[in-house]
Amino acid sequence: MIKWGRFTTWILIVIIIFGLTFSVGPKLFSKIPLGLDLQGGFDVLYQIGNGQNITAADLNSTISALTNRVNTLGVADPLIEVDNGNRVRVELAGVFNQTSARQFLSAEANLQFKSASGKVLMTGKDLMNNAAYESDPTYGYPDVSLQFKNPALLASVTKAYLGKPMEIWLNGKMIQNATIQSVITNGKAVISNMPSVQYAINLANLLNAGALPLPLHELSSSSVGPTLGRAALHATLLAGALAILLIFLFMLFMYRIAGLVAVIALVAYSLLLLGVFAGFPITLTLTGLAALVLGIGMAVDANIITYERIKDELRNGKSLQSSVVSGQRKALRTILDSNVTTLIAGIVMYGYGTGSVRGFAVALIASIIVSLITAVFLSRSLLMLLTRTNLIKNPWLYGARTKEVAKR
Amino acid sequence: MRFDIVRRRKWFFLLSGAITVAGLIVTLVFGLNLGTDFKAGSRVQVQFTQTFHTSAIAGAFAKANLPLGASAITTAGTQNSMAVIRLGYELNAQQENTLNHILKSSFPGYVGTQYDSVSPIIAQEQSQTAVWAIVFASIGIVVYVALRFEYRFAIAGIIALLHDAFIVISVFALLRIPVDLPFIAAVLTIVGYSINDTIVIFDRIRENLKGAKLKSLADLEQLVDHSLWQTMTRSINTVLTVLFAAIMLYFFGGDPIHNFCFALLVGLISGAYSSIFIASPIWVVWRSRSLRREQKAA
Repeated sequence: MIKWGRFTTWILIVIIIFGLTFSVGPKLFSKIPLGLDLQGGFDVLYQIGNGQNITAADLNSTISALTNRVNTLGVADPLIEVDNGNRVRVELAGVFNQTSARQFLSAEANLQFKSASGKVLMTGKDLMNNAAYESDPTYGYPDVSLQFKNPALLASVTKAYLGKPMEIWLNGKMIQNATIQSVITNGKAVISNMPSVQYAINLANLLNAGALPLPLHELSSSSVGPTLGRAALHATLLAGALAILLIFLFMLFMYRIAGLVAVIALVAYSLLLLGVFAGFPITLTLTGLAALVLGIGMAVDANIITYERIKDELRNGKSLQSSVVSGQRKALRTILDSNVTTLIAGIVMYGYGTGSVRGFAVALIASIIVSLITAVFLSRSLLMLLTRTNLIKNPWLYGARTKEVAKR
Repeated sequence: MRFDIVRRRKWFFLLSGAITVAGLIVTLVFGLNLGTDFKAGSRVQVQFTQTFHTSAIAGAFAKANLPLGASAITTAGTQNSMAVIRLGYELNAQQENTLNHILKSSFPGYVGTQYDSVSPIIAQEQSQTAVWAIVFASIGIVVYVALRFEYRFAIAGIIALLHDAFIVISVFALLRIPVDLPFIAAVLTIVGYSINDTIVIFDRIRENLKGAKLKSLADLEQLVDHSLWQTMTRSINTVLTVLFAAIMLYFFGGDPIHNFCFALLVGLISGAYSSIFIASPIWVVWRSRSLRREQKAA
């Protein structure tokens, strides 16, 4: 007897899967952060200092200076992380002026106020972080205005050195030498006569972000132009769409109705993966996208193994229903075993890789786990439910050969 | 009549042996063409909308005052519309910026550039890491397969795996394709994935072994051959679907992953072959030895 109620449930599940994928899917995709190889940006690994021991304090102030500098640049979702104890990695994705950003990040900003005898009287650390460009009121040239945290310090220094010259040094170069005319009690000072407005703005920003405790040296860098990233994204999305189409047709041709179930499970797989990437969120890189496309091919492996097993059971003379039940049960262990090995490779890749390799590993691991859910549990239930409707009696529809069907 | 794979194993061992030896010679003579990730310096990948003249690229570098070594410029990508330039020194942000401006103004079909710079210390670290990653992944898989099956299956499987990894490495050495970090990811994927088919076959052999009375080598050969043919459709179909994905990525995917996809393609095909024609026959040879010992003891 045909169980129409079960069939209606089946159809409803399928409609929900497709409906969700087409309505929510694109929104999820737009929420996934794209790696710099897809939207442009750069990734720089810096060595902190010149080989000396790096203290936790050095590390912290380096990170905070870099974070402040990145915030000044206004780049969204920066990644700043310590690597190997004495290195720091900065990853910035999006459209911005890469050259000036890179120079700005590692620029030194060591400001010192010295007496003529070379004694350091005050440093950039004594300043509030509100340095700003201003136009000189009398001559119109660019200045940087400064405000000291402790006006009493400036007052005592200017009192002690009244009438004597004071030098301002930036990164080991003297940029100003002026005679102190009066005692300053309001904590305000000015570095005057900067080479350009841009220079003054830059210096003010650097002073506000805080100086780096130790110099940074680039160990490795990767920079991608924004248009290049977009071209790669579009090409790989097209390749992915073609691969999906080809795999769909192949499954339908080889396994007919069972193939259709595999296709439905693949649609759910894509939706779930989008959800995982958007939900965590996981950054999608170009190699990660390639892993997801490959993952589609790997996800149907579970279906193929199951369907071939069902065909074995049919050949052994079992009924369609019991073939589906025992075929699915027997295939499960093989599927788990074969996925674990790929998972091991993925985890090793994640542990040892950086950048594009890690992006690939994350996507590979995610696609294996999600495919176990959809290609195993979802398509199992869908196939089971469909078989129990008693609608399908011809094993040919599950991919068996006509010869085998004729025997029954 | 079924094609008897196991009995013809000598031919397959010979074929794979010959390919491996040839690959070893090629790799030893020419060496791998190590890319920037393992050799330090800078890699510049310039994407155009159409093909370009290498001399024009060289001109742009000369204009930017960046010296080029011999055969530093190669073409890549599906439509040969990408130039890959390798430099023995590291570019800084200012030099990249200058080059960007020159390329943009001198090529109408200019899309964009990717720069990768690696210092010697990082290059050395990455080379060591790559080797360890492959070693650890292989050990992890051997341990897992040994736990789930038996050690003989694990070793036979891993021999087939290393054979695949080796073929990919040899092909890259022969074709002089630069080996970079994504290549390692491709090799690791092959290591992890191509054992899948082997596991499916081993699983079937193990199942058929239950209750089977093996009296002679011929019995063993027949059982394994039977298992191979029982799983043949799924061995081929599972690889086909992944191959579809890899082929599409190779022909239509982004140019920066072109070589990566090529490594995957070679590895997948080799993996499908070795799962069927190498892994199980190796197990037969090994198992038959202990079979003879058991018979002597009895």
